[in-house]
Amino acid sequence: MTQRKRLGHIFLHIFLIIGSLFMLLPFIWMLSTSLKEAREVFTFPPQWLPKKLNWSNYTKALTAMPFGRFYLNSFMVAISTTLLTLTTSSLAAFAFARLRFKGRETLFLVYLATLMIPFTVLLIPNFIMVRYLGWYDSYWALIFPPAFSAFATFLLRQNFRGIPVELDDAARMDGASSFRIWWQIIMPNSGPAIAALAIFLFLGNWNEFLWPLVVTNSPEMRTIPVGLNSFQGQYSVKWELLMAAAVVAMLPIIIVYMFAQKWFIKGITVTGMGGR
Amino acid sequence: MSAASSKSSGTPSNKGFRFGKWRPGQQNEAYLFLLPSLIGFAFFVLIPIIGAFALSFFDWNLISPAKFVGVDNYKQLLFQDAVFRKVLGNTFYYAVTIVPLQLILGLVMAVALNQGIRGLELYRLIYFMPVITNIVAVAIVFQWLLNRDFGVANAWVWQLADATGWHIAPPDWLNSSFWAKPAVIILTLWKNIGFTMVIYLAALQGVPESLYDAAKVDGATGSQRFRFVTIPMVSATTFFLVVIQMIGAFQLFAEPFVMTRGGPAQASLTIVMYIYQNAFEFGRMGKATALAWILFAIIFIFTLIQTRLQRRWVHYETGD
Repeated sequence: MTQRKRLGHIFLHIFLIIGSLFMLLPFIWMLSTSLKEAREVFTFPPQWLPKKLNWSNYTKALTAMPFGRFYLNSFMVAISTTLLTLTTSSLAAFAFARLRFKGRETLFLVYLATLMIPFTVLLIPNFIMVRYLGWYDSYWALIFPPAFSAFATFLLRQNFRGIPVELDDAARMDGASSFRIWWQIIMPNSGPAIAALAIFLFLGNWNEFLWPLVVTNSPEMRTIPVGLNSFQGQYSVKWELLMAAAVVAMLPIIIVYMFAQKWFIKGITVTGMGGR
Repeated sequence: MSAASSKSSGTPSNKGFRFGKWRPGQQNEAYLFLLPSLIGFAFFVLIPIIGAFALSFFDWNLISPAKFVGVDNYKQLLFQDAVFRKVLGNTFYYAVTIVPLQLILGLVMAVALNQGIRGLELYRLIYFMPVITNIVAVAIVFQWLLNRDFGVANAWVWQLADATGWHIAPPDWLNSSFWAKPAVIILTLWKNIGFTMVIYLAALQGVPESLYDAAKVDGATGSQRFRFVTIPMVSATTFFLVVIQMIGAFQLFAEPFVMTRGGPAQASLTIVMYIYQNAFEFGRMGKATALAWILFAIIFIFTLIQTRLQRRWVHYETGD
C-alpha cells in the first residue's frame, strides 16, 4: 500500500466512524435513558452515563402494559402470515412457472398489475371487508389480509423458472405428481430465495404498524408496535419507561440481526422493494 | 441491477417455457395450485380495489346508510379542502428532500465502504441496523433526542452557542411548524440510509475494475472517475432507488404519526395520515378512499415521468 493510499484509508475510517457514531447515537441514548432515575432524566446538559443502573424501569414498563401479550401476538402474527404467504404464493408461482393452463399469461398480468396499487388504497376496503367478515379485533384480521402477496408470487415464479425443467421431466417419468414435484424438487431447489423472502416477510409483518393499528381495538390484540404507540400515549413524559419499552421492543430482532447480518441484508435487498 | 432481475439473470430462464408431455389433467391441476392464492387475492386485493373505486363516490360513516354523492368527494378535496392542499404540500416537501438526500448520502457511504478498507462488515452492520428496527420504537427515541429542553440535539446547539458566542437558540423541533418536518426527515434518513447504501454497495461491486484502470490511464482524477465512471455505472440502480423511494416518501405515515401526530396544526401531516384521520377519526370512508385514489394517481404519474426520463440519464450495459 502506498503512503498516499494509507493516508486516504485513515481519513475514510475517521469519516466512517463519525457516521457510525451518528447511527448508534439514538440506540445509546435510548439505552442510557432507560436505566436512569426519573429525576436524572431531566438534567441539563444530558448525562450519557446513568449514575446507577435502574433496572426497575424495565419491570415498571413491562408491568404497566401487557407487553408479554404484545410479544406473543406479534410473534404469532408474523410467523403465521409469513408461512401462509410462502405457501400460497409458492403454490401459485409453481402453477405460473411450470403448469400449462388457459389464461395463464392474463392472470399473471393481473397479479403484476395489482403491484402498482399502493397499500393505502386497499386499507379502507380491507378494513370494511374485515368488519363484514366479523374478523375485527381478531387474529384472523391480523393474519389473513396481509398474507396474499402478488410480489412474493412474482419473485418465486422468477426463481422457479431458473430451475432446470429436466428435473421435472425426469420426476414425471418416474410417476411423480405435480404436488410432489413442487414439494420435493422445486421448493428444495429454491432454498436461498425462499429463506430471503421469509426473512423479508417476517420482518415486514413483525414491524407492520398501520394495519394492526386499524384492525385492533382491545389491548389483548395489540402487536408490539401498536402496544408501544398506546404506551406512548399514556406515559408521554415518562421517558425512562418509554425508552425501556423501546429497548424491549427492539432487542430480540437486533440480537438475531447481529448473528445473521448477511441473511437480513440479503432478505431485504434481494426482495428489493422494501414494501408491498 | 435491480434485485428481482439479478436473481434470475444467472440462469437461462426461458427454459421454463419448455414443457414436458402435455397432459390434459394439467389444466384443472393448475387451478388447484392457484386456488388458495386466488381466494385470498379475490377477497383482499381484487374485491377491495373494486370496492374502493365504488366507495369513493359515497358518503359513509359505517353506521348510517351510505349515500351516493357522485364525484363530490373528489371535487371537495381538489377544490375546497384547505387541509388537503396543506398535506399535499407537506408530502411533496418530504418527497423532494428525502429522496435526493437519501440517494446522495447512501451513495457516499457506499463509495466509502467500497474502497477495500478493513472492517467493512462491522460498518455495514452498524449502518444497516436502523433498517431492521421498529419504526414506532425509533420514532419515540427520536422524540426524546429532539426534546426541546433535555434532548441531546439541542444540548449540542447550546454548547455550540456557548463555545462560539453566537446568539443561536435551538428549535423546539416537534412543536414548531417550521422544524417539525425536518425532524421527520432526520428520522426517515437515519432509518433508511442503510438500505440505500447496501443496494448501492452491491451495484458498485459489479462495476468492473478495468473501467477505473482505463480511466486512470487516460489521466482521469478521482473526482472525474466518480463523475464519469461510477455515476453512469450505477445509474440503473439510482433509477430503481428513485422510484421505490419516491413511492415510499409519498406514503409516509408512521414516522410523523408517532413523532409529531401530524402537528403542530397539520404542519407535518401527510396524505396517508389525512386518509387515516378521515376514515378512522372523522368517519368519512368515502372521502378517505377518494383521497387514496388521488394519491395513487400522483404516484402513478410520477413513476411514469421517471420511467420516461430514465432514457435520458440511465446507462444500461449492452451486450450482456
